[in-house]
Amino acid sequence: MPEAAAPHEALRPSRGGLVARGRLVQGLQVAAACVAPLLVLLPIGATLGQAMAGGIGPLLHELARPLVGALLANTAGLIESTMACCAILGVGVAWLIERTDLPGRRVFAALAACPLAVPPFVTSYAWLSMSPSFEGFGGALLVVATAYYPLVYLPVAASLRGMDPALEESARTLGLSPFTCFRRVVLPQLRPALMGGMLLVALNTLTEFGAFALLRFRTFTTEIYAAYRTGFSGPETAALGLVLLVLCLGCLGADFILRGRRHYARIGRGAKRAALRYELGLSKPVWVVLLVGLNAVTLGVPLAMIVFWLTQRGAAAITPAEVAPARVIGATLNSIGLGIAGTALTMLLALPLATLATRHRGWLTAGLERTGFLAQGMPGIVLALALVSVVIGTVPVLYQSDALLLVAYAILFVPLALVGIRSALVQAESRLEEAGRSLGLTWFAALRRITWPLAAPGLGAAAALVFIAIATELTSTLLLAPIGTETLATELWANGSTLAFAAAAPYAAIMTAISIVASWVLVQRYGAAPLLARQEG
Amino acid sequence: MAGGRPGRRFWGASVVIAASWGTLGLQSAVAAPASITLYSAQHEQVVDMLTAQFTKETGIAVRVHKGEGPELASQLLAEGTHSPADLFFTENSPELVLLDEHGLLAPVDPATLARVPAADSAPDGHWIGLLARENVLAYNTRLISPDALPASLMDLADPSWKGKIAIAPADADFLPLLSVVIKLKGPAAALAWLQGLKANAAIYDDDEAIVVAVNRGSVPVGVINSYYWQRLATELGPDGMHSAVYHFGDHDVGALVNVSGAAVLTSAKNPSGAQKFLAFLATGQAQRMLAQSDVDYEYPLVPGVAANPALKPLDQLSPPSVGPAALGDDHEAAALLRESGLI
Repeated sequence: MPEAAAPHEALRPSRGGLVARGRLVQGLQVAAACVAPLLVLLPIGATLGQAMAGGIGPLLHELARPLVGALLANTAGLIESTMACCAILGVGVAWLIERTDLPGRRVFAALAACPLAVPPFVTSYAWLSMSPSFEGFGGALLVVATAYYPLVYLPVAASLRGMDPALEESARTLGLSPFTCFRRVVLPQLRPALMGGMLLVALNTLTEFGAFALLRFRTFTTEIYAAYRTGFSGPETAALGLVLLVLCLGCLGADFILRGRRHYARIGRGAKRAALRYELGLSKPVWVVLLVGLNAVTLGVPLAMIVFWLTQRGAAAITPAEVAPARVIGATLNSIGLGIAGTALTMLLALPLATLATRHRGWLTAGLERTGFLAQGMPGIVLALALVSVVIGTVPVLYQSDALLLVAYAILFVPLALVGIRSALVQAESRLEEAGRSLGLTWFAALRRITWPLAAPGLGAAAALVFIAIATELTSTLLLAPIGTETLATELWANGSTLAFAAAAPYAAIMTAISIVASWVLVQRYGAAPLLARQEG
Repeated sequence: MAGGRPGRRFWGASVVIAASWGTLGLQSAVAAPASITLYSAQHEQVVDMLTAQFTKETGIAVRVHKGEGPELASQLLAEGTHSPADLFFTENSPELVLLDEHGLLAPVDPATLARVPAADSAPDGHWIGLLARENVLAYNTRLISPDALPASLMDLADPSWKGKIAIAPADADFLPLLSVVIKLKGPAAALAWLQGLKANAAIYDDDEAIVVAVNRGSVPVGVINSYYWQRLATELGPDGMHSAVYHFGDHDVGALVNVSGAAVLTSAKNPSGAQKFLAFLATGQAQRMLAQSDVDYEYPLVPGVAANPALKPLDQLSPPSVGPAALGDDHEAAALLRESGLI
């Protein structure tokens, strides 16, 4: 019916106009997708530029200082020990839960992911408040190992669940003892998950600041802060930041290379059987007691210490600030407010990038996306100092503003949002949207009726993760928060670092509560996978 | 004046949207007209007490930005004329000297300056000394007897002290101590001293941590300002204290008395409010408030105000004869500290 089509044609813009508009939209989309990667590159470039400001000679001189060597030794020692502890705990717990007839497996499985919801900075406060003997290497190892072992547990457990029992059965039939079978058949299959998890542990240990500062364990983050406090904010501090940045990006690179190789695929057809479960037999109670003990250490003690200090009178003498309800409420509102605003900005920056990367594959989009992921290797302290130096020199009005703090959050947590948004968009394939369009839906209607309902839950999970991360963020908040803006994290820091434990308790309690409740809701709705994405990116 | 910060307002409105009640609420509070912005390296509780009283008396609100002294000083240098600060209140004079050298400090009201001894303030009148704090050794009474303690701070570099001492080189109180060592013994001896300390000492973040460590017996001796020992003693009570304070005598470098002072910045947006705050700090009332509190253990410099009775009287101390003016800025000390690898 050509005569009916004519008026429609008349309403549409000419074909040439459509193409031009398409190009414009595409151009805008690419431009929007570039914002996040550029923001991520900004502090890296600024740190590099600042460190090199005096030329390569002075930089080398800085790097050759004895302090750098001492810090490298300190950091390497802690990371190796932490990785070993996390590997043993993670694999051990995963094996018990996934491969034995341990009673209460479901409860233990839920508990094993929980430490990820308690910031290590809070855990370290709890241990330190129990006894000062947790200061130093031992305490630092305890705090990070118990905080990060889920990073190994979660992927290893998933890998154990997915394993085909046929291989193990063959090995056993061929005469391998259970232990040799584990070592020669199971462990190699676990290696990709295990290595990936351990690299995440290393990365998180490198960038942790609050816990080590409270526990007086000297690493790059704490010494960068010390140099800053002593009045050095120039090339000297940037040189330390550069070393840390290189270490972090190295971990990230190793993880990236490993990811390309981490496939042990089952090629056979048909469904595999559920994985084998070994009977624990008489040793069952021993393992239950051990697991209960582990959870007492990872969760029980920290939470109990917070509750204990809540019941103590605010100790006046070494309390930096009066614990007035108004102060606690103010800090809570600030944390939540900054959390919401920061999440909005982070999602806004990540959305165009993730959309482009999932819908238009290519070297450019992949490169942009990977650049966004670099932020995972960005220690908060390096980021904050770089932003301060850039902003004071160029846009002083942004200095000490909420806007700059929000930008810092967005840079730090853009990888988190990217992972979440990507998995959400995979649910809402573009083909479905195109089908809707071809059936006559407008662009907006297709988005509202097809893409949005499919992607919304995943986007919600991503936003929730970013929110948790921002509401508990310490380092960049400490350095960038506008005058008078105190958050739960900075209040806990102010009190905890001067050993005013009772005064710190309300802040620790609220922070932990926000994080646990938000994580709980998340896990209930989407399973534990997003929780891992929080760290993994 | 909301119009005073257009950039911030704009960003606040566009980025934050309606979501962040907390942050937005704070911004409007910040824009109140009669307010001053204080960069403070003094203890938060002390400053809270003082600002609350000041606001009650004058109606001028005080916004406080906290940090370690050298950190804030270097921040003020970097900010230059863009600084939002009206005044700076710090624990040690060298930071004020540094800012004055860069021409960032405005003259203090002469009437205010006249209330404290001239020797404790800047010779050019650009900052005022308000309180004094004494450097001491804290020692664990179970681990070491008083007669085994060193006659001089310099002795701590001796190998016989290996593993027995705690220092906090990144604490703002360590730099002036090093400055006085440089001043009286020369840079070469000071560097050798630092290297001795590096071999001997356990490194802590701050004086608070040292005093706790000494008190519980992790380390026999620690270099601190007496202030921190007193605060811990108030906190734990006599039963909880297993440590005591040792005062260096005979004008030793270790007996340094630091002057805590304040200044108005040349870039102040509200200079009259800032001068009022300085004047308030130098009143007998404010100084008495501090001396009688259980949060501050510094010597009031306004004549006639008695120090906290827990402190050894100021006139019985035997500090080295280096006044704040002669002590200078911390420039050389910071460079030497880095050279030694302690930071």
